[in-house]
Amino acid sequence: MLRVEDTVQAAPVEFSAGLIEKFADIVSRYPEGKQKSALLPILHLVQAEFGWTSAPAMDKVAEYLKLQPIEVYEVASFYSMYFLRPQGKYVLEVCRTGPCCLVGAEKIMDHIEQKLGVIEGEITADGLFSWRGVECLAACGYGPVLQIGPEYTFYENLTNDSVDKLVEDLKAKGK
Amino acid sequence: MGRKLLLEHINVPGINTFDVYRSKGGYASVEKALKTLTPEEVVEEVKKSGLRGRGGAGFPTGMKWSFLAKPEGVARYLVCNADESEPGTFKDRYLMTYIPHLLIEGMIVSSFALGAKTSYIYVRGEMMPQIRILEKAIAEAKAAGFLGKNILGTGYDLELYVQPGGGAYICGEETALLESLEGKRGNPRIKPPFPAIAGLYGCPTVVNNVESIAAVVPIINEGGEEYAKVGIGRSTGTKLISAGGNIKNPGVYEIDLGLPVEEFLYSDEYCGGIANGKRLKAVVAGGSSVPILPANLFLKTINNEPRLMSYESLSDGGFVSGSMMGSGGFIAFDEDQCIVRNTWNFTRFYHHESCGQCSPCREGTGWMEKVLHRLEHGHGSLSDMDLLVDVSKKIEGNTICPLGDAAAWPVASAIRHFRDEFEWHVTHANEATTRNYGLAHYADPLPAPEPKPEATA
Ligand SMILES: Cc1cc2nc3c(=O)[nH]c(=O)nc-3n(C[C@H](O)[C@H](O)[C@H](O)COP(=O)(O)O)c2cc1C
Ligand code: SF4
Ligand code: FES
Repeated sequence: MLRVEDTVQAAPVEFSAGLIEKFADIVSRYPEGKQKSALLPILHLVQAEFGWTSAPAMDKVAEYLKLQPIEVYEVASFYSMYFLRPQGKYVLEVCRTGPCCLVGAEKIMDHIEQKLGVIEGEITADGLFSWRGVECLAACGYGPVLQIGPEYTFYENLTNDSVDKLVEDLKAKGK
Repeated sequence: MGRKLLLEHINVPGINTFDVYRSKGGYASVEKALKTLTPEEVVEEVKKSGLRGRGGAGFPTGMKWSFLAKPEGVARYLVCNADESEPGTFKDRYLMTYIPHLLIEGMIVSSFALGAKTSYIYVRGEMMPQIRILEKAIAEAKAAGFLGKNILGTGYDLELYVQPGGGAYICGEETALLESLEGKRGNPRIKPPFPAIAGLYGCPTVVNNVESIAAVVPIINEGGEEYAKVGIGRSTGTKLISAGGNIKNPGVYEIDLGLPVEEFLYSDEYCGGIANGKRLKAVVAGGSSVPILPANLFLKTINNEPRLMSYESLSDGGFVSGSMMGSGGFIAFDEDQCIVRNTWNFTRFYHHESCGQCSPCREGTGWMEKVLHRLEHGHGSLSDMDLLVDVSKKIEGNTICPLGDAAAWPVASAIRHFRDEFEWHVTHANEATTRNYGLAHYADPLPAPEPKPEATA
């Protein structure tokens, strides 16, 4: 949900020349006048750059693609991958769907909650982590699994120990 | 052991690169099709092969292709459905990760057959690593002259692009996928018109699953008739099965259609049996959307015949005692699993993923989730099972797209086959929060076949 306070608090953004170049490359994949097709890929690039898709960023995307801002908001709010509010630097997205639960996904989520000390959706005090359950990631044979954007690196066959190690590694890297 | 038509070279080091793939005979089907066949002849071979769509619905691919409208001066599109989000299914990810050129090769031949000059592979957004892999493979194929202008000097031009989704199961439904590719919310379209008439940007479009497109490669290399010799009856060729849940060897397997399910489940070549020495309780044979079966009805049909991994055999018995091939997402449940909890989990999934356009789906999935939640948490009542069946019936068939049915079937089938487990959650509410119902009678041998029951569909 897009909340008014997020919109108000979000700082204005500038798109770098490099980013705009990537936008243009994406737009060139579609027929003349169909640049709206570039919306989902461009929102991914924006999120990779800023960590989430803020309202000011979406307004800029609308301007770039010659769309109404609402056309961008309605898309960003429909799809689960776009964050409409700030997140931890690393967002651990754990599959919570049936097949992964058969092999222990629920226990892994409990463990992550304990390890990070925050409930689903909240950010750790150091700003490094947040986590959430997501739906089937098409890796059901290797569950429990989690992914971390913006590259969506995959971690399979999770155990409490491998989660601990991952969190420690990211802490070291993120400082 | 069957022949591998798709994954034969999967273990060759470097098969994900163009050079190694090519050295193993890769892209031969492009040379054959573009240099020696007309587009119509390619379609004809695919028809002869009997290939049925591997995305879930099982619609004959050749027939789908022949429906494509071809108005003068209007672009046509091929869009590959790599949205793979059906719980239990992970074969397309596997194929794209390890042998991406097989998909690229299939896309070129299929685009040629359909007369498409621009084609898209719509990959679910979470598969960013696979998107990078495909983009690299496309660049390699292009550098070698298999994509771009005047491919292999034949005058055929093709551009191929990878499009990421945004995270939404519904975008696997083909018209929602097209909306999404146009940069909109993934709301399925009302059909007709079908994509073959008005698809991407209002132009004639074919949408096919990753595995269907990959299968075009062996079909063209060997001929449709040869391909049709593999398999059984109208289930021709090989199929990738994503095997998961409580089995010893989870993974992706290429099987000849018609393999006995018992062999698939218990032989070491495939699943290797149930993990940790447990016994099988239930199976969802084709992804979360298809009916769940107790072990006994999964291994044998109601007539006590061994079940086979084929479209016909898996659906033998209709919705009374059968299931479906679906997407080939094979999920095995051991004796410690709770059917009520799993049904609640799946229903929560469908409620979460409903696009919200039709009230029966949007509201019905929410109601079912609520009722299942209270059953699982010890607050249910014995009338809840009839209530669930009633709600599922009101969803089924009353929605714009098949997600409604996909949400209704797992609930209806779980109650049909596991009603006593559901009732136990009410009559033994406290106990049910601390232990599972267990295997009960779900693996008992079936009673002798009754006079042939009518199969309802
Ligand atoms: C809710 C829903 C989700 C679907 N998800 C997928 C999917 O992830 N991948 C896929 O190939 N087909 C999926 N389908 C089926 C597609 O609509 C379509 O039938 C298929 O892509 C056609 O390709 P095929 O004929 O090669 O199987 C889904 C259908 C529905 C109703
Ligand atoms: S059935 Fe559900 S998912 Fe499909 S169009 Fe209707 S509301 Fe959307
Ligand atoms: S259920 Fe977790 S990846 Fe499919």
